[in-house]
Amino acid sequence: MLNVGKIEEGFVLDHIKAGKSMDIYEHLGLDKMDCTVAIIKNARSKVMGKKDILKVECDINTLDLDVLAFIDHNITINVIKNGEIVEKRVLSLPKEVKNVIRCHNPRCITSIEQGLPHIFILADEENEVYRCKYCEEKYAERQ
Amino acid sequence: MRHLMSPLDFTVEELDKLFDLANDIEKNPEKYAHACEGKILATCFYEPSTRTRLSFESAMTRLGGRVIGFSDANSSSAAKGESVSDTIRVISCYADICAMRHPKEGAPMVAASRSLIPVINAGDGGHQHPTQTLTDLLTIRSLHGKLGGYTIGLCGDLKFGRTVHSLINALVRYDDIKFVFISPTELRVPDYVTDMLKEKGIEYEEVIKLEDVIGDLDMLYMTRVQKERFFNEEDYIRLKDFYVLTQEKLSMAKDNMLVLHPLPRVNEISVEVDEDPRAAYFKQAQYGVYVRMALILTLLGLA
Repeated sequence: MLNVGKIEEGFVLDHIKAGKSMDIYEHLGLDKMDCTVAIIKNARSKVMGKKDILKVECDINTLDLDVLAFIDHNITINVIKNGEIVEKRVLSLPKEVKNVIRCHNPRCITSIEQGLPHIFILADEENEVYRCKYCEEKYAERQ
Repeated sequence: MRHLMSPLDFTVEELDKLFDLANDIEKNPEKYAHACEGKILATCFYEPSTRTRLSFESAMTRLGGRVIGFSDANSSSAAKGESVSDTIRVISCYADICAMRHPKEGAPMVAASRSLIPVINAGDGGHQHPTQTLTDLLTIRSLHGKLGGYTIGLCGDLKFGRTVHSLINALVRYDDIKFVFISPTELRVPDYVTDMLKEKGIEYEEVIKLEDVIGDLDMLYMTRVQKERFFNEEDYIRLKDFYVLTQEKLSMAKDNMLVLHPLPRVNEISVEVDEDPRAAYFKQAQYGVYVRMALILTLLGLA
């Protein structure tokens, strides 16, 4: 089994659906950051069978956790200080997501208006339905 | 500053106030003949809709105001590639209030977010057409006496018809209304509408034939089968004549049933029906002007 060492300061994203870690890496903008990142793909998991894990050595407050919750709110976040877990965070679905997904409705104003942010509003929390702020089209492809 | 994007932007109490004003305008038009003197309405119509535009222009003119605008995108700066955001900033310098029609859904909302003047959504694609819904509500309230306590049949294209969806969403806020949906299977009301009705415990029924239910209705809202909503001509031709209201069918209806239609009609209501006292669709067009007058006054803070 592959071993990745502990991190001293930063956070660990656990219980990521297997294969989704690279999406999260991109959405969180980790590719643009200078910190150490370990991407663990297909790790063994008792509950999930297999899962992905991201270990990131940077201040958690620099991240947009809303994006993370939108992608998969089952992900758990362990905040690490001095090599120890000091906090476990649970995610809830964000009320609004901005510029994470695009509206695919060809009749939506976002399809032609330059510089308009793509904003989706949580319309139905129980069924995890997001709708475009402008045309109210349902976002169908959850990642 | 207040805009109108959806019929639900106003509370039931605010709508009552708006409709009271519209009814007062109907009874005492001279009282309002100079109410908007010195004010300018900009009608920004990125797609042609003569009826809605003329209704707005009539409303503002009857209030003593003036109107500027364009009636299709080709004669506007949009043809040169100007964004809605930029256009409305400029229009804000020229007018006091704007009515915007746009083929793209959500365009009036973008305009409202950048505008320095009130923006009225005069129809955005298949999304919202709030002044039509306000017209329908005012017509029902004025001719039926109240906005609750009846059975309403909605007939025709219930799948793509935004008028119908908007009206249902507005009516569920009132008590004791039963809905009867009359449409071919292909044009049934979408599931999210029936799900919403189930969730709210509102009674509804779905039927195929108008004749089967017309006797139970207090109101019949007819819609046309719009050609542009279909992808192929064959389907359109096959379905468009399914639900035509004739004098024969109307003879089975209650004596005081109201026949409503957002207009224009193609052939879904026979011309012979026009002479029947139950035909209320031309009065509806008249109420459309009154409600737009009341809306302009309200949004300009002159009510």
